[in-house]
Amino acid sequence: MSEAISVLGGARFTGAIEITEAGLQGMISLRGDLADAALRAAVTSATGADMPDVRRITFGDTGQVAWMSPDELLLLVDYARADAVVADLSAALANKHHMAANVSDARAMFRLHGTGAREVLAKGAPVDLSPQAFGIGDLRRTRIGQLAAAFWMTDAETFEVVCFRSVGEFLFDWLCVAAEEGSLPEFL
Amino acid sequence: MLKLKCPACGVEAEETEFAAGGEAHLKRFGPGSDDRDFTDYLFGRKNPRGVHFERWRHAFGCGKWFHAARCTATLEVFGTYSARTTEPPADIVAAIKARRPGWEGFK
Ligand SMILES: [Zn+2]
Repeated sequence: MSEAISVLGGARFTGAIEITEAGLQGMISLRGDLADAALRAAVTSATGADMPDVRRITFGDTGQVAWMSPDELLLLVDYARADAVVADLSAALANKHHMAANVSDARAMFRLHGTGAREVLAKGAPVDLSPQAFGIGDLRRTRIGQLAAAFWMTDAETFEVVCFRSVGEFLFDWLCVAAEEGSLPEFL
Repeated sequence: MLKLKCPACGVEAEETEFAAGGEAHLKRFGPGSDDRDFTDYLFGRKNPRGVHFERWRHAFGCGKWFHAARCTATLEVFGTYSARTTEPPADIVAAIKARRPGWEGFK
Protein backbone atom coordinates (compact mmCIF):
# COMPACT_ATOMS: atom_id res chain seq x y z
CA MET A 1 0.00 0.00 0.00
CA SER A 2 1.42 3.36 -0.99
CA GLU A 3 1.74 6.15 1.51
CA ALA A 4 -1.18 8.58 1.23
CA ILE A 5 -0.31 12.27 1.14
CA SER A 6 -2.56 15.28 0.75
CA VAL A 7 -2.00 17.73 -2.09
CA LEU A 8 0.27 20.12 -0.17
CA GLY A 9 1.15 18.06 2.90
CA GLY A 10 -0.43 20.48 5.37
CA ALA A 11 1.05 23.72 3.96
CA ARG A 12 0.43 26.89 5.97
CA PHE A 13 0.37 30.58 5.22
CA THR A 14 0.02 33.44 7.65
CA GLY A 15 -0.87 36.86 6.28
CA ALA A 16 -4.00 38.88 6.93
CA ILE A 17 -5.56 35.55 7.89
CA GLU A 18 -4.24 32.03 8.43
CA ILE A 19 -4.58 29.51 5.61
CA THR A 20 -3.92 25.82 6.20
CA GLU A 21 -4.10 22.90 3.87
CA ALA A 22 -6.17 20.46 5.90
CA GLY A 23 -4.07 17.36 5.25
CA LEU A 24 -5.63 13.95 4.73
CA GLN A 25 -9.40 14.33 4.94
CA GLY A 26 -11.90 11.61 4.29
CA MET A 27 -14.51 12.69 1.73
CA ILE A 28 -17.31 10.58 0.32
CA SER A 29 -19.50 11.58 -2.57
CA LEU A 30 -22.98 10.16 -2.09
CA ARG A 31 -25.62 10.47 -4.78
CA GLY A 32 -29.17 9.22 -4.58
CA ASP A 33 -32.67 10.19 -3.47
CA LEU A 34 -32.03 12.50 -0.52
CA ALA A 35 -35.61 12.06 0.69
CA ASP A 36 -35.17 8.30 1.02
CA ALA A 37 -35.44 7.11 4.64
CA ALA A 38 -32.75 4.43 4.29
CA LEU A 39 -30.30 6.93 2.81
CA ARG A 40 -31.00 9.44 5.55
CA ALA A 41 -30.54 6.83 8.26
CA ALA A 42 -27.28 5.59 6.71
CA VAL A 43 -25.89 9.13 6.50
CA THR A 44 -26.76 9.86 10.10
CA SER A 45 -25.30 6.60 11.35
CA ALA A 46 -22.04 7.29 9.46
CA THR A 47 -21.58 10.85 10.72
CA GLY A 48 -23.81 11.42 13.73
CA ALA A 49 -25.09 14.47 11.83
CA ASP A 50 -28.65 15.23 10.72
CA MET A 51 -29.50 15.55 7.05
CA PRO A 52 -28.66 19.09 5.93
CA ASP A 53 -31.20 21.43 4.37
CA VAL A 54 -30.57 22.89 0.94
CA ARG A 55 -27.19 24.67 0.80
CA ARG A 56 -26.35 23.77 4.39
CA ILE A 57 -23.82 21.58 6.19
CA THR A 58 -24.44 19.68 9.41
CA PHE A 59 -21.91 18.65 12.01
CA GLY A 60 -21.92 15.37 13.95
CA ASP A 61 -19.67 13.48 16.37
CA THR A 62 -18.04 11.42 13.64
CA GLY A 63 -18.43 13.54 10.53
CA GLN A 64 -20.03 16.34 8.59
CA VAL A 65 -22.67 16.22 5.87
CA ALA A 66 -22.64 18.83 3.11
CA TRP A 67 -25.56 19.44 0.70
CA MET A 68 -24.02 19.61 -2.77
CA SER A 69 -27.00 19.39 -5.12
CA PRO A 70 -30.59 18.08 -5.07
CA ASP A 71 -29.26 14.51 -5.38
CA GLU A 72 -25.77 14.74 -3.94
CA LEU A 73 -24.11 14.93 -0.53
CA LEU A 74 -20.48 15.17 0.49
CA LEU A 75 -19.69 13.30 3.70
CA LEU A 76 -16.59 14.36 5.62
CA VAL A 77 -15.18 11.70 7.93
CA ASP A 78 -11.77 10.66 9.22
CA TYR A 79 -9.50 9.71 6.34
CA ALA A 80 -8.92 6.21 7.75
CA ARG A 81 -12.68 5.54 8.04
CA ALA A 82 -13.66 6.53 4.50
CA ASP A 83 -13.52 3.09 2.89
CA ALA A 84 -15.45 1.51 5.77
CA VAL A 85 -18.12 4.21 5.57
CA VAL A 86 -18.47 3.65 1.82
CA ALA A 87 -18.91 -0.08 2.47
CA ASP A 88 -21.59 0.63 5.11
CA LEU A 89 -23.43 3.05 2.80
CA SER A 90 -23.29 0.58 -0.08
CA ALA A 91 -24.65 -2.19 2.12
CA ALA A 92 -27.44 -0.01 3.50
CA LEU A 93 -28.45 1.15 -0.01
CA ALA A 94 -27.76 -2.12 -1.83
CA ASN A 95 -31.15 -2.31 -3.55
CA LYS A 96 -31.51 1.45 -4.21
CA HIS A 97 -30.30 3.55 -7.10
CA HIS A 98 -27.31 5.38 -5.63
CA MET A 99 -23.58 6.00 -5.81
CA ALA A 100 -21.16 6.12 -2.88
CA ALA A 101 -17.53 6.80 -3.72
CA ASN A 102 -14.46 7.54 -1.64
CA VAL A 103 -13.13 10.73 -3.25
CA SER A 104 -10.71 11.66 -0.44
CA ASP A 105 -7.63 11.53 -2.65
CA ALA A 106 -9.35 13.40 -5.48
CA ARG A 107 -10.10 16.50 -3.43
CA ALA A 108 -8.17 19.14 -1.51
CA MET A 109 -9.37 20.98 1.56
CA PHE A 110 -8.25 24.26 3.11
CA ARG A 111 -9.06 26.09 6.33
CA LEU A 112 -9.22 29.88 6.36
CA HIS A 113 -9.12 31.34 9.83
CA GLY A 114 -9.20 34.95 10.96
CA THR A 115 -11.45 37.97 11.23
CA GLY A 116 -10.75 38.75 7.57
CA ALA A 117 -11.64 35.31 6.20
CA ARG A 118 -14.89 36.61 4.67
CA GLU A 119 -12.98 39.37 2.89
CA VAL A 120 -10.44 36.96 1.40
CA LEU A 121 -13.09 34.69 -0.11
CA ALA A 122 -15.18 37.64 -1.25
CA LYS A 123 -12.32 38.68 -3.54
CA GLY A 124 -12.88 35.65 -5.71
CA ALA A 125 -16.38 34.27 -5.17
CA PRO A 126 -19.54 35.93 -6.56
CA VAL A 127 -21.33 35.39 -3.25
CA ASP A 128 -22.71 37.77 -0.62
CA LEU A 129 -20.46 36.89 2.31
CA SER A 130 -21.72 39.51 4.75
CA PRO A 131 -22.59 38.07 8.18
CA GLN A 132 -26.30 38.77 7.53
CA ALA A 133 -26.23 36.68 4.34
CA PHE A 134 -23.80 33.86 5.16
CA GLY A 135 -23.29 32.25 8.56
CA ILE A 136 -22.20 29.10 10.35
CA GLY A 137 -23.59 26.01 8.63
CA ASP A 138 -24.29 27.79 5.33
CA LEU A 139 -22.65 26.26 2.29
CA ARG A 140 -22.05 27.46 -1.23
CA ARG A 141 -20.81 25.69 -4.29
CA THR A 142 -19.47 28.39 -6.54
CA ARG A 143 -16.24 29.54 -8.08
CA ILE A 144 -13.17 31.07 -6.45
CA GLY A 145 -11.29 32.95 -9.12
CA GLN A 146 -11.98 30.63 -12.03
CA LEU A 147 -12.04 27.39 -10.07
CA ALA A 148 -15.03 25.34 -8.95
CA ALA A 149 -15.06 25.07 -5.16
CA ALA A 150 -17.38 24.66 -2.21
CA PHE A 151 -17.06 26.39 1.14
CA TRP A 152 -18.85 26.69 4.45
CA MET A 153 -18.31 28.22 7.87
CA THR A 154 -17.54 26.12 10.92
CA ASP A 155 -17.37 29.07 13.32
CA ALA A 156 -17.57 32.86 13.11
CA GLU A 157 -14.00 33.21 11.82
CA THR A 158 -13.34 29.94 10.04
CA PHE A 159 -14.17 28.69 6.56
CA GLU A 160 -13.46 25.27 5.13
CA VAL A 161 -12.97 25.12 1.35
CA VAL A 162 -12.86 22.06 -0.89
CA CYS A 163 -11.79 21.83 -4.52
CA PHE A 164 -10.41 19.24 -6.92
CA ARG A 165 -6.96 18.00 -5.92
CA SER A 166 -5.57 18.75 -9.40
CA VAL A 167 -6.06 22.48 -8.80
CA GLY A 168 -5.32 22.44 -5.07
CA GLU A 169 -1.92 24.06 -5.33
CA PHE A 170 -3.26 26.79 -7.59
CA LEU A 171 -6.13 27.54 -5.20
CA PHE A 172 -3.77 27.65 -2.22
CA ASP A 173 -1.51 30.12 -4.04
CA TRP A 174 -4.55 32.15 -5.09
CA LEU A 175 -5.82 32.33 -1.51
CA CYS A 176 -2.39 33.32 -0.19
CA VAL A 177 -2.22 36.24 -2.63
CA ALA A 178 -5.76 37.25 -1.67
CA ALA A 179 -4.72 37.15 1.99
CA GLU A 180 -1.60 39.33 1.73
CA GLU A 181 -1.07 41.45 4.81
CA GLY A 182 -2.72 44.86 4.37
CA SER A 183 -4.73 43.83 1.32
CA LEU A 184 -8.17 43.45 2.87
CA PRO A 185 -10.71 46.15 1.99
CA GLU A 186 -12.89 45.65 5.07
CA PHE A 187 -16.10 46.20 3.17
CA LEU A 188 -17.98 43.45 4.97
CA MET B 1 -24.37 41.01 -16.41
CA LEU B 2 -27.32 38.71 -15.83
CA LYS B 3 -28.52 37.53 -12.46
CA LEU B 4 -30.31 34.20 -12.57
CA LYS B 5 -32.03 32.19 -9.87
CA CYS B 6 -31.33 28.47 -10.09
CA PRO B 7 -34.64 26.66 -9.53
CA ALA B 8 -32.81 23.51 -8.39
CA CYS B 9 -30.88 24.98 -5.45
CA GLY B 10 -32.50 28.38 -4.98
CA VAL B 11 -29.31 30.41 -5.37
CA GLU B 12 -29.61 33.78 -7.03
CA ALA B 13 -26.21 34.26 -8.60
CA GLU B 14 -24.56 36.23 -11.33
CA GLU B 15 -23.88 35.03 -14.82
CA THR B 16 -20.32 33.82 -14.21
CA GLU B 17 -21.58 30.99 -11.99
CA PHE B 18 -23.67 29.60 -14.88
CA ALA B 19 -23.04 28.22 -18.36
CA ALA B 20 -25.34 29.13 -21.24
CA GLY B 21 -26.82 26.18 -23.14
CA GLY B 22 -28.58 27.80 -26.11
CA GLU B 23 -32.23 27.84 -27.09
CA ALA B 24 -34.73 25.97 -24.90
CA HIS B 25 -37.69 23.82 -25.92
CA LEU B 26 -36.12 22.40 -29.08
CA LYS B 27 -38.04 19.53 -30.59
CA ARG B 28 -35.63 16.78 -31.50
CA PHE B 29 -35.63 15.28 -35.00
CA GLY B 30 -33.34 12.28 -35.07
CA PRO B 31 -32.13 9.77 -37.66
CA GLY B 32 -34.87 8.81 -40.08
CA SER B 33 -36.58 12.18 -39.93
CA ASP B 34 -37.13 14.47 -42.87
CA ASP B 35 -33.85 16.14 -44.01
CA ARG B 36 -35.32 19.61 -43.67
CA ASP B 37 -36.55 18.95 -40.08
CA PHE B 38 -33.22 17.40 -39.15
CA THR B 39 -31.28 20.38 -40.55
CA ASP B 40 -33.51 22.80 -38.68
CA TYR B 41 -33.09 20.84 -35.48
CA LEU B 42 -29.30 20.85 -35.83
CA PHE B 43 -28.73 24.36 -37.12
CA GLY B 44 -31.91 26.46 -37.08
CA ARG B 45 -32.15 28.70 -34.03
CA LYS B 46 -34.39 31.60 -33.12
CA ASN B 47 -32.61 34.90 -32.71
CA PRO B 48 -35.32 37.23 -31.46
CA ARG B 49 -34.98 40.80 -30.38
CA GLY B 50 -37.04 40.50 -27.24
CA VAL B 51 -38.48 37.55 -25.33
CA HIS B 52 -36.32 34.45 -25.56
CA PHE B 53 -36.24 31.05 -23.82
CA GLU B 54 -32.86 29.60 -23.00
CA ARG B 55 -31.19 26.64 -21.35
CA TRP B 56 -28.70 27.35 -18.59
CA ARG B 57 -26.66 25.15 -16.31
CA HIS B 58 -25.62 26.01 -12.76
CA ALA B 59 -22.12 24.96 -13.74
CA PHE B 60 -20.18 26.18 -10.71
CA GLY B 61 -23.04 25.45 -8.31
CA CYS B 62 -25.36 22.47 -8.03
CA GLY B 63 -24.65 21.41 -11.62
CA LYS B 64 -28.30 21.21 -12.72
CA TRP B 65 -29.82 22.38 -16.00
CA PHE B 66 -32.79 24.76 -15.98
CA HIS B 67 -34.60 27.15 -18.29
CA ALA B 68 -34.70 30.95 -18.27
CA ALA B 69 -37.05 33.41 -19.96
CA ARG B 70 -35.40 36.73 -20.66
CA CYS B 71 -35.35 39.71 -23.00
CA THR B 72 -32.41 39.80 -25.40
CA ALA B 73 -32.77 43.55 -25.88
CA THR B 74 -32.81 44.67 -22.25
CA LEU B 75 -31.39 41.58 -20.49
CA GLU B 76 -34.43 41.61 -18.19
CA VAL B 77 -35.00 38.15 -16.73
CA PHE B 78 -38.69 37.26 -16.53
CA GLY B 79 -38.09 34.08 -14.60
CA THR B 80 -36.36 30.71 -14.44
CA TYR B 81 -38.03 27.30 -14.28
CA SER B 82 -37.40 23.57 -14.30
CA ALA B 83 -36.06 22.05 -17.51
CA ARG B 84 -38.50 19.15 -17.13
CA THR B 85 -41.11 20.74 -19.38
CA THR B 86 -41.68 21.15 -23.10
CA GLU B 87 -43.09 24.65 -22.88
CA PRO B 88 -42.90 27.62 -20.49
CA PRO B 89 -45.17 27.20 -17.43
CA ALA B 90 -48.18 29.48 -16.89
CA ASP B 91 -46.54 31.66 -14.23
CA ILE B 92 -43.60 32.44 -16.52
CA VAL B 93 -45.95 33.26 -19.41
CA ALA B 94 -47.94 35.54 -17.08
CA ALA B 95 -44.76 37.27 -15.88
CA ILE B 96 -43.72 37.94 -19.48
CA LYS B 97 -47.17 39.23 -20.47
CA ALA B 98 -47.18 41.58 -17.49
CA ARG B 99 -43.95 43.16 -18.70
CA ARG B 100 -44.45 42.81 -22.49
CA PRO B 101 -48.20 43.19 -23.19
CA GLY B 102 -47.59 43.03 -26.95
CA TRP B 103 -45.68 39.75 -26.83
CA GLU B 104 -47.08 37.26 -29.33
CA GLY B 105 -46.73 34.26 -26.96
CA PHE B 106 -44.63 31.11 -26.99
CA LYS B 107 -44.57 29.19 -30.25
ZN1 LIG C 1 -28.26 25.46 -8.60
